[in-house]
Amino acid sequence: MIPISWYLILGAALFLLGMLGFFLKRNIIALLLSVEIMLNAVNLTFVAFSSHNGQINGQIFVFFVLVVAAAEAAVGLALVIAMFRNRETLNVDRSNLLKW
Amino acid sequence: MIELLFVLFAAVALGSAINVLVQKHVLYSSLSLILLLTAISALFVLMQAEFLAVINVIVYAGAIMVLFVFVIMLLNLPADEDGVDRLRWLKLLGIPMVLFLLFMVVRTVWKVETDAPAPQLAGTAQAIGASLFTDYLLPFELTSLLILIALMGAVVFAKKDL
Repeated sequence: MIPISWYLILGAALFLLGMLGFFLKRNIIALLLSVEIMLNAVNLTFVAFSSHNGQINGQIFVFFVLVVAAAEAAVGLALVIAMFRNRETLNVDRSNLLKW
Repeated sequence: MIELLFVLFAAVALGSAINVLVQKHVLYSSLSLILLLTAISALFVLMQAEFLAVINVIVYAGAIMVLFVFVIMLLNLPADEDGVDRLRWLKLLGIPMVLFLLFMVVRTVWKVETDAPAPQLAGTAQAIGASLFTDYLLPFELTSLLILIALMGAVVFAKKDL
């Protein structure tokens, strides 16, 4: 039996890697991928607690996170396509029309 | 034995997550993310959440990541151009900060006293389905609405002119 703290530390490390990618990357698709890493880290933590406490609720929540991730990816990638069509770039620093 | 498997899959997960960040081209990043998802699914199996492990592979690696790869190939992107100057010191500052945060998290989690683990519960399709269609029926139905809205939103955003 693996102690729950191992899973929590792995989840925290993955979440921090996703956060690092979100702050350092400039490509908008890379930002979306970093968000996916963070979502998976949270899923791992949810399942770890669910398994530790013997309750199914955490796994149900992971199910909903999956649904939201699918919706987020679909809308996000549609926005990426629209952005590429209008600006010819995916660099988030270049999309600065609203910046003054 | 289980500890060995955990270490193996955790190493794969961490390595592929780092690979997602260091790759210059997003296509390689997303392929590496698929490896990360597979490792996470293996960890789900170790925690006896079999249904979620299968769903993770089918929905995440099978549908969402295919969508990512499809869009990347559709746009025919060049490799990442190196960013603006301000990124250089952001990297110098950000990486130590993240390591410090990780250290704090590990120290906190290590000290926590947990209860003895409850009797093992198998996250089979039966258990998840029974809970999903009784206690969580309304949220479950609402997700179909969310999916519908996301579907229409994706079409509206990606279409050239309506």
